Amino acid sequence: MTVPFLILAAITIAGAVAAMTLRKLVHCALALAVSLVGLAGLYLDLGAQFVGLAQVLVYVGAVVILIVFAILLTRGDEPASPRVGRAVSGVMISACVFGVLVWAVVSGGAAQGTAAPSLAPISDIGHAMMSRYILPLEVVGLLLTAALIGAVVIAMEEKRRTK
Amino acid sequence: MTTQAVDQIFVTIKHWLVLQSPAVIQPAVSVLLSVLPLLIIFPSLFAVTTVLERKGLGRMQNRYGPNRVGPYGFLQPLADGIKALIKEDIVPVGADKLVHFLAPLLLVMTAFLEYAVIPVGRNMVVADMDSALVFFFAAGAAMEVSIFMAGWGSRNKYSMLGAMRAVAQMISYEAPLILSSIAVVMIAGSLSTTTIVERQAGYWGVWPYHWYVFTPWGMAGFVLFMIAATAESNRSPFDLPEGESEIIAGYFTEYSGFKFALFFLGEYLGMFAISGLAVTLFLGGWAAPLSFLTFIPSWIWFFAKLMTLIAGFIWIRGTLPRLRMDQLMNFAWKFMLPMTLVVIFSAGIWRFMPSGIVRWVVCAIPIVLLYWLLGRALMGGRKLEKRTYRFAE
Repeated sequence: MTVPFLILAAITIAGAVAAMTLRKLVHCALALAVSLVGLAGLYLDLGAQFVGLAQVLVYVGAVVILIVFAILLTRGDEPASPRVGRAVSGVMISACVFGVLVWAVVSGGAAQGTAAPSLAPISDIGHAMMSRYILPLEVVGLLLTAALIGAVVIAMEEKRRTK
Repeated sequence: MTTQAVDQIFVTIKHWLVLQSPAVIQPAVSVLLSVLPLLIIFPSLFAVTTVLERKGLGRMQNRYGPNRVGPYGFLQPLADGIKALIKEDIVPVGADKLVHFLAPLLLVMTAFLEYAVIPVGRNMVVADMDSALVFFFAAGAAMEVSIFMAGWGSRNKYSMLGAMRAVAQMISYEAPLILSSIAVVMIAGSLSTTTIVERQAGYWGVWPYHWYVFTPWGMAGFVLFMIAATAESNRSPFDLPEGESEIIAGYFTEYSGFKFALFFLGEYLGMFAISGLAVTLFLGGWAAPLSFLTFIPSWIWFFAKLMTLIAGFIWIRGTLPRLRMDQLMNFAWKFMLPMTLVVIFSAGIWRFMPSGIVRWVVCAIPIVLLYWLLGRALMGGRKLEKRTYRFAE
């Protein structure tokens, strides 16, 4: 464990904890952004430059902004009253997710650290995506296009009804 | 001194200074010496640009512009800076103190981050990364968050409206901005800004033949990139987020004193950074525009090109009126996006055709065709005539 790793891990965890505990939804979204930036820093620390930068570009630039827009356009940013039932189900779900992640990491062999971290240059990633993984890439593209068209159709329906 | 020594003078000085320091702190000194000049030069450029802009706009609007402070008014930014420093810093009672305070800092910080990957001269780039372009756009994405923070943290309806407008506009124009630079990445085969500059080196006679702006897709891409850059830095005619006639000053309505100055600085730093990227991507970076002018140092050429683009920004600001919100969105999604896609398509053809005049024509055809078709379709059968004035003639 190096010093940069510890600092970045502290930032990530602090952001995540703040995102869960803060009262105002917009604060939570901004804390989530801090956590995501910390995660991007971890990727950069591991030498995965493209993944780390894409993490900032996609998650901070698009996902957090989307969350914030959704909060502002749909409801006020007043804190919701906490309910015990919701908290219990939340704890259970997160425990399950954590268990699955631990199982995946332990059984996947990634934790042993046998494979030396290879610094893949960005051109290698591009070549792999355009040759070996071309089909998954196309499928993802199709899925996203379908989602985009679906969103437009839903928005247009609403417009017609209000007229 | 030879021309090469002058060209590399800053690099040489830096190496000498690093070698003078003790070995333990050498990495830190090296980083500091790379970063400090950027922190000094670009804010100074900002100060000079504000004066030039106000004087230029003044001339375009038939008035003098600032001419009281110092010779020809060139000490005006100093006076403005002192004024901003001694003004009272007002924070609204209802404002979210922390978010309100952090927003301008984050904006300026991310704007400075963008300079890390821009080569301002031969061997003069702070971080020569493999994926420099992604880094640039990632830093730009963080800028959107800071603008939202400013608008939301102020707890003011006008600020909120301005921030919503700004974020919507920046997201919409980010798509054409990134797509038009993808064409360059396709041809250069690299995301590294230094490699992109290297690929544009070389002359054909005296002419810088390899600059991407001299290809059909590069020409169209450059124009699209600059339009998107204008929108991305919230400059006129895309300055709806701060439309002072409707929403006072948009997201920085509730900022006064030095925080307001920070927003101003952030906006200009963003503009310089994105112009620097345009120079790097399309205008050959720090290369001289004609082969017999290579004796002039590379960093002078970079800043000359940068200031030329800035002059273009100022000129456009003095010329065009502000767009309406629906016009802004229609322009981004119905015109800019298809045009950038066809630019990428044209760059693909360019990559696989043998060089020559035929390639130039073949690559220009889809772009011109789509431009013509889109122009016809978006006009929607409307006829534009010369405006006639009934009473003012």
